[in-house]
Amino acid sequence: MEQSLERTRLQRIFGSDIWYSFTHNPTAIFSAIVTVGMILAAIFAPWIAPHDPFDLATISIMDGNLPPAWSAGGDMNFLLGTDDQGRGILSTILYGARISLLVGFSSVIFSMVVGITLGLVSGYVGGRTDALIMRIADIQLSFPAILIALLVDGVARGLIPSEMHSEISIYVLIFAIGISGWVQYARTVRGSTLVEKNKEYVQAARVIGIRPFTILRRHILPNVMGPVMVIATIHLAIAIITEATLSFLGVGVPPTTPSLGTLIRIGNEYLFSGDWWITIFPGITLVVLVLAVNLLGDWMRDALNPKLR
Amino acid sequence: MDLLNINNLRIEFPSRHGTVIAVDDVTLTVQPGEVLGVVGESGAGKSTIGNAVIGLLEPPGKMTGGHVLLKQQGIDTLGPEAKRKIRGRRIGMIFQDPLTSLDPLQTIEQQLVETIDLHLKLGERKSRERAVDLLRQVGIPDPENRIKNYPHQFSGGMRQRVVIALALCAEPEVIIADEPTTALDVSIQAQILELMRRLCKDKKVGMLIITHDMGVIAEITDRVAVMYRGKLVEEGTTAKILGNPDHPYTQSLISAVPRPDIRLKRFPMVNYIEAEGERKKLLDLSTHWLGRSRDYAALDGPLLSLKNIVMTFVTKPAILKHNRVTFNAVDDVSFDINEGEVFGLVGESGSGKSTVARMICSLYRPAAGEINYIGTDLTKIRSETERDFFRRQMQMIFQDPFSSLNSRMRVMDIIAEPIRFHKLASSNREVEQIVTDLLDHVGLGAQAAVRFPHEFSGGQRQRISIARALATRPRFLICDEPTSALDVSIQAQILNLLKDLQEELGLTMLFISHDLPVIRQMCDRVGVMKTGKLVEVSATEDLFENPQAAYTRELLDLMPRLDTLSHEGLEVEQR
Repeated sequence: MEQSLERTRLQRIFGSDIWYSFTHNPTAIFSAIVTVGMILAAIFAPWIAPHDPFDLATISIMDGNLPPAWSAGGDMNFLLGTDDQGRGILSTILYGARISLLVGFSSVIFSMVVGITLGLVSGYVGGRTDALIMRIADIQLSFPAILIALLVDGVARGLIPSEMHSEISIYVLIFAIGISGWVQYARTVRGSTLVEKNKEYVQAARVIGIRPFTILRRHILPNVMGPVMVIATIHLAIAIITEATLSFLGVGVPPTTPSLGTLIRIGNEYLFSGDWWITIFPGITLVVLVLAVNLLGDWMRDALNPKLR
Repeated sequence: MDLLNINNLRIEFPSRHGTVIAVDDVTLTVQPGEVLGVVGESGAGKSTIGNAVIGLLEPPGKMTGGHVLLKQQGIDTLGPEAKRKIRGRRIGMIFQDPLTSLDPLQTIEQQLVETIDLHLKLGERKSRERAVDLLRQVGIPDPENRIKNYPHQFSGGMRQRVVIALALCAEPEVIIADEPTTALDVSIQAQILELMRRLCKDKKVGMLIITHDMGVIAEITDRVAVMYRGKLVEEGTTAKILGNPDHPYTQSLISAVPRPDIRLKRFPMVNYIEAEGERKKLLDLSTHWLGRSRDYAALDGPLLSLKNIVMTFVTKPAILKHNRVTFNAVDDVSFDINEGEVFGLVGESGSGKSTVARMICSLYRPAAGEINYIGTDLTKIRSETERDFFRRQMQMIFQDPFSSLNSRMRVMDIIAEPIRFHKLASSNREVEQIVTDLLDHVGLGAQAAVRFPHEFSGGQRQRISIARALATRPRFLICDEPTSALDVSIQAQILNLLKDLQEELGLTMLFISHDLPVIRQMCDRVGVMKTGKLVEVSATEDLFENPQAAYTRELLDLMPRLDTLSHEGLEVEQR
């Protein structure tokens, strides 16, 4: 009994219900392996990828539009073929996933910070502040997220001198996608905050004299994070898709640093001339990545919600 | 012939932490016209028995042994369809919460007539006549018209009457009532119990009533079965079990019931369920941090004095002031609390007693009136830092031990928070030492500090709450229904602890409760509240022996009579 009291953090994780539910759910394990695998592959792309698609010295236009290695005319150097500029598809996918995941994660974190902050303030302060924040959220919700992202992107491009576009376009993209997604977090956090702030532990903190900022940070925030993590996982998939859509439409990252969406767009032009591999392989990568993240989010939602068990 | 037999019933709940035996080898019988009470504390398995009889065990629970016989016919082995036909037709059910046991979208008529027609096949006209007749029997006035109403148009007590009518409508042979009056105020509880008992006798129906409340047992049952951790420890006539119990658990349970007629020094023998409540190591308060700076200058007047305080809530908000609809939760309340006394506030739900407490510790700002604490009007303070001086001296213990502790913080951090905030210790080391000492002092033991709140039972959590409240070295402690969410033997332990602490530390206390017997055990003076107004303030003994206000007399009359309970081992306080 005495030893079991001082369990380490690791022991608590492996003894938890969440971990149990995870190890007994094949879908969750599989999608976690796929997601983590893809993230690792993207992080270590410079070491894994057979070529550096951005090194102009190694790519040759002569290798352009080669089919995958196993079909007629394929080259073993380019396992999944090449695009019009002679960049290996496999290498570009690995580097492209890097951009996609970077934009995905960064914009989710941006949305979370904005959404959680506004949600906490809205729920805890209440009154006019609450009404103002929630009306802004309602207005934003009446536009499709992709439209907001396009709008922000367009405005930013208009304001920033064109020679800086390629350098900062990725930050603009993160901001645009991030700002289009904060509403969900704000609403969820506001709802949980309304519940939590009336619980007695918050009143106990107020009786002690703890100031509102500390109450929000120390007491309410940790107790509203459960649903936020679920939304964040599902939102990551949406953010990746949004980035791909914007890049496909040509308003995302510049073609010199292609993301998965850019690759699909480049390939799209060649699809009807029979060069299917340029668009299909990045497409499959995108679908698998988004599906895995979504399944992970679904499992997490079920595991954290006792009512669905 | 026995009406209902439960033979050697065993119910298991398999889980990944091992199988929990919820009910272990329980044998009970119910005769026609008899009321059998099953009593026990939470987790004793009493509700599980009821659910097993009607075949509604919640998965993953399953019967792994024994039989349930209705008129000597086995009903536990029947298929789901046959069981469904027995439910409602031969076995009626009354659940705890009358709010959720009726369909809110159907009128009472639809629900009653449908059930009667389904079971008795009387046809619609006859069924309606029977429904009206049943409503009259359970005491609903003007049943011909009221039957057309929806459940929300009835009050809580009336709704429970409708539930009883619904349980009776198919003339069942047995009724299972699971905590039928727990959600109701005392005034309604007495009427409902009387009604249930009368119907049972008139119609020769056997009743199995499941409750944690000795008052309910004393009022309605013929025989009692006492459950402890899934096992039946004692069974006998109500007079025998209450007046002369054999089993030590039953003795401890009965000695823990607060009596309305006597005031005890302490509750005896209450360590049967949770022995760790024992305070093994007591602090020497003359030298310890907790006892320091207790030598306050003697006061001329009262420590706390409320003058005509009013609290207004807006029920219908509007921009213009005269369009708002408001409601006075507390209306012109004045009383004084003297240094070192325990002042009780008693009243039914919604009487405004908790609102008074929340105004005193400035969670709410009163709409009018003064709250004078040692000569300073707390309502006039504007600066937070100035208020902190008073916050340190005034702490509160809350009702619900499950929501009053932040589940994401370790017990160490929960109790250290007020010490750190008010800078009552010089170093982190000292803070940790104080927290461990406090945990020892409330009877939990120092190793509790590294654990999280969910690892503790309700009573243990309430001890953590008490330790947190003591961590500012308060002079004045507000206890808002500190034991109403706890089992009776745990309640006795917590009340003992509060009494001890109050004496050791010379605390002044405001003790809020809806439970008059508890008030009698704890308080020196009592204020009685009714719909936001204070109707009477008296010394406790005077209030119980010689109540002044009509409402107080009414409350006292409605208390369950517990004079049949055994007095063995009780130490009565002489005044």
